[in-house]
Formats: sequence, structure tokens, C-alpha cells
Amino acid sequence: MEKKDFKGWLYLLPAILFLGLFMVYPLIDVVIYSVEEGYNFASQSFFGYGVYNFSYVLHDPFFMQAIKNTFIIVIITVPLSTLIALLISLGLNSIKPLRDLYQTVFFLPYVTNTLAVGLVFMILFKKTAYSDGLINLIINFFGHESIDFIDGPYAAKMFVMCFYTIWIVLPFKILILTSALASVPQTYYNAAKVDGTSKFRIFYKITLPMISPMISYLIITGFIGAFKAYSDEVAIFGTNLNAAGMNTIVGYVYDMLYGNSGGYPSYASAASLILFAIVFTITVINLMVSRKNV
Amino acid sequence: MKVVLENLTKRFPNRNKKIKEDVIAVNKFSFEIPDGKLIGLLGPSGCGKSTTLNMISGLEKPTEGKIFFGDDDVTTVPAEHRGVGLVFQNYALYPHLTVRQNILFPLQNLKGKDKLTKEQMDEKADEAAKLVQIFELMDRKPSELSGGQQQRVAIARALVKMPKILLLDEPLSNLDARLRLQTREELKRIQTKTGITTIFVTHDQEEAMSICDLIVVMKDGLLQQIGKPQDVYDDPKNLFVAKFLGTPAINTFDGEIKDGVLFIGEDAVLKMDGVTDQKVHVGIRPEGFIPDENGPFKCDLKAYEVMGRDSSIISSHDGMTSTQIRAIISSDIHVNTDGGKVSFALKPHKVHIFSKETEERIYLG
Repeated sequence: MEKKDFKGWLYLLPAILFLGLFMVYPLIDVVIYSVEEGYNFASQSFFGYGVYNFSYVLHDPFFMQAIKNTFIIVIITVPLSTLIALLISLGLNSIKPLRDLYQTVFFLPYVTNTLAVGLVFMILFKKTAYSDGLINLIINFFGHESIDFIDGPYAAKMFVMCFYTIWIVLPFKILILTSALASVPQTYYNAAKVDGTSKFRIFYKITLPMISPMISYLIITGFIGAFKAYSDEVAIFGTNLNAAGMNTIVGYVYDMLYGNSGGYPSYASAASLILFAIVFTITVINLMVSRKNV
Repeated sequence: MKVVLENLTKRFPNRNKKIKEDVIAVNKFSFEIPDGKLIGLLGPSGCGKSTTLNMISGLEKPTEGKIFFGDDDVTTVPAEHRGVGLVFQNYALYPHLTVRQNILFPLQNLKGKDKLTKEQMDEKADEAAKLVQIFELMDRKPSELSGGQQQRVAIARALVKMPKILLLDEPLSNLDARLRLQTREELKRIQTKTGITTIFVTHDQEEAMSICDLIVVMKDGLLQQIGKPQDVYDDPKNLFVAKFLGTPAINTFDGEIKDGVLFIGEDAVLKMDGVTDQKVHVGIRPEGFIPDENGPFKCDLKAYEVMGRDSSIISSHDGMTSTQIRAIISSDIHVNTDGGKVSFALKPHKVHIFSKETEERIYLG
């Protein structure tokens, strides 16, 4: 028996080695950094242990702004994108002609580079010396004044941000949901049809429960993904997110490490641990809710 | 409610696009199903019986022809308004709903003046559950039931809305042999009790013969014969029907009529008056053989199987077209198995002859 155990561990060794080196050790290191007060990157020295780093981060207005932004993005984009994806998938599932074409079109954003998409959004929304952007042209057409979406009011910027986020996450969700819809056996629909079930009731009582595991998967991964948003913000508002007031938690962590005011791994570690706590809590709640209903 | 099919035809475009011709699943089907009877649609797989059922249920639209329920033409009525109950081969129970919710499902669809109160629905569901004897399983999920129990739930769900017609698509094919036997009797009991016209699709002739009031034998989308099981068995219209019904299967031979006598090989086995001289297919039911040392039909003995109530004599003959000859005789009769030969006399009403060209039955004049 013992010899067998030893063999098992031997086979696991490469995986354990890599996971330990690149996942477990950094994780522990982050926790250590976060409690080392007054850590100096250059001299690798610190004063002592404590919770000052957390207190600093939580009192930093930039961090509070980042938390606010992140939460707004999460709360708006996750439910909305899932809902829109569901509607589009249902549509795709119910049309026959040109279905493959539509599927390809809806999947295109997924294979498009984030920054390229960001550029397109700039053209749509950004005010330059030459033009107010495509969207503003439309707004002007309806007799309204131009809105500065990129450097203007907070609500306008947030609108662009959420619009962008939803658009970028849609293809993946549509892909998952269309395949989930296609995998519901036809006999259930036939059975319901013979029993005279209305379309809405078929959707609500059969389709939705049957694909609910996939929906809950999308919501959980959607929450996690949205909490970790950063590159999308950079794509639209540039690297100085604090100045634009559009920073996110991950953006804040990055700035603390490498940004203009960077070089504070302790603050970055504390901020990322706070993010971890938030994501963890939300995911546990999600799982608890979905276990009850799925 | 009686069901009338008139020239019912279903064609599907060929999957292979190079072939222009459509696949004809059901070809000019016309027959009438009397009210309150249990009908078996019987045929080998691919003969169009499920397609016929789907057209009656409304899930499939006929290419041509008409369907009547009673005197109403329902050909263009969509499935949801036909008021039929359908039990699927794989039961199609909603996996996320309990047995009770599954049975309630059709009732909750009712709208307008048909709408029931919650109490009425519960009462009906209980009634249906008791009828199929699953009352104690009402709070389970389908995955927690055995195949036979799921099957009963599916029947209860189809019955609960008191359909005009109950359709069953191979309802017993997913059950093990013992359960199948038990369930088919159950099915008969339920049908008799409710008096609902029931159409039952199966490829198992034994199943159909044992419980159906009428059987409809199909092949390649064409109606072969319709009648009471025993009548169809005793009086098959063609070689296919004769071969399809009966276990063990009918023994077939190449034969010839000469001067009013049927020859199989060299043996003049039976007098057949009033049939012109010709070559024929001969079918002899296993129970049509009488062991007789002086009998005209001389076969080579292969094996002698005793199975208690009766025994089988397996033999061969030059003229046979089946792989062997199986004769079933009572165990009381002693058969001399020495010498490797066995001779039979034949029961005339168990011997059928069929035209060589059309395989249609030739009746004695």
C-alpha cells in the first residue's frame, strides 16, 4: 500500500511543483505582503506586521472610487448581458434560414482584440477636433446637444463602459446558451405541445429549468469576470484611469504595483485580498441561490 | 371517439440530395378505428408506424390525406388543440418536476372555461395516479423511479386530461421482459377501464396480439392487413403478414401445385382443390404438423427439444426457404427419433399458399 502511495505522489509531482511555485507560493506571498507595514521595495525591508495596509487602502478615495465603479459595472452588466444573450439565443434557436451566418456574426466580437474593439468604440463615442463621434451625430440629428462620452460626465462615461462590457461578453454567453438550448431534447417540446402548452409556459416551465445550470454557470463566471474588469477600461479611457475617475479594483492594484504612483506591493496585496473577499462572498451567495433553484 | 384515416400519406425529402425522389414513410393509408378499442399498429422498424402516430397526434403534418376524429376533420388542427394524450417511447417526463407536477402539467395548461381549480386538479391527478398505481410515488422526481414506474407516470400524464384518443409510441420497449409482460396487461386493464380509444405502436407482434382488439400490420408505409389478432394470424393476406405474426415464426417452403395436390420437393403433402397448377410459396405454422410415421411430409430430423408443456421438433427439408423447420407438438405425443428421419401429416388450415410473383395469398376454390 505504502509503495503505491509513493508512486501516486511521484506522478503528481510535476503538477504539484508547478502549481506550488506559480499559484500557492504567490498566494501566500500576497497575504504576507499585505500585513507587512511600511514595506520598501528597494531595500526589501519593513517596520512590522499589522493591518495598516488594509486601513490605508480602504481610506484611499481612489480605491473607494474603484470599488464603486466595479460594483456599478458588475450590477448592470452581468444581469443585462445574460438576459440579452438569452434573448438572442432564443431568437437564433428559432430561426432556420441563415442561422449559421447569424451565429458567426454574433460570435465575431469574441475573436476580436479588446483594444481593436476599444478603438471602434472611440470612433463611435470620442469627441475629437474633427468630429463628435458617430453616436453624437445621431444625437445631434434628433436635435440634442453633443455629449462627451469619454471625458464628460460620470454617467455618460459609465454608460459607454457598461455598453462596451456587455458587448464584449455577449458572444461567449450566446455560444453557451445556444448550445444549451439545442441540447434540450425535442421530445419534451413535443410532449408539451401535445398537452396544449402555451409558448410562454413552455419557455418558463421547460426550457428555462432545463438550461438553468448553464445560466447559473454564466452568472457566476460573469460576476467573477466583471469584478476583475480592467483591460476594457484601459481600452476606452487609457491608462490613467484614476484621472478619468473610471478605475476598477484590478486597475487600482495594477497602479499600486506598476503605475505612475507605483511601487507599493503591500497596498496592492491588501487591495487584491479585499477583491478576493468580495468575489468569494458573491460566489458563495450565487452557489447557494442556484443550488436552491437549479 | 372513432378515428378515420383517409388516404393518409407522408413523404419526406430524401436526405441524400442527389436522389430527387422523396422517401415515402406512409403511403395512402385508409382505415377506421372504432370507438373505445385498443388498436396495435404493428410492423418492422422503418415501416412508418411512428410517423402515422405522429400524424394522428398532430406533431407531423400529412403530405396528403385526411384525419377525422369522430366526424371532425382534424387534419389541419395543431397538436395542442387535438386533445390527444401521447406516451413517448422514452416517456419524456420533465426531469426537474416531481411526479405530481408532471401529472398536473397538462391540467395547468387548460384555459378559459376549461380552467380547473387547484382542488379539482389535485383530485384528477390523484385519480390518474391511482389508476396506474403510482399514488405513493407522487413526490419523487422521475430520476428516482424505475423504468416501469416512469412508464406509468407517462401514462398517467397522458390520461389525466381525459384525452379523446390515447396514443402510445412503443411504450414497452424500454422495459425488461418480465415488466413488459406485466405492463401490457396493465395497459389493457387501464384501457378497458377508461374506454378511451387507444392506438399503440409496436414492432413486437406478441405484444400486439396479446392485448389489442384490432391489429394493423404495416410494411414499407403500406397497409398490409387489418383485423382481429387471431383472424390475422389464422388468415394472413400475404406472405409478409404470415411471416411477421407468430412465434416461433411460420415455416416457409418452395412448393408447387400439380393436379390439385401441393408438392414440397418430391413430397405430395396436401390435397388442394380448385387451385390452378403453379409454383407457390408455402407457409406452415409450427403447430400445423402432426407426427405420423406414415405421413407424406418426410424431413431430416435435426433436434428434439422438450420444453415441458410442448416440444419442438427441429428438422430440415430440401424445399424449405426458412433456415429450419420447427414443429411444435404436445409433449404427450411420442415421437420416434431414431433413424434421423421424421414424417408429418399436415393440418390443412395451418398451411397457407402464396403466389410466387405477388406473394399474395392464394385461397382454395
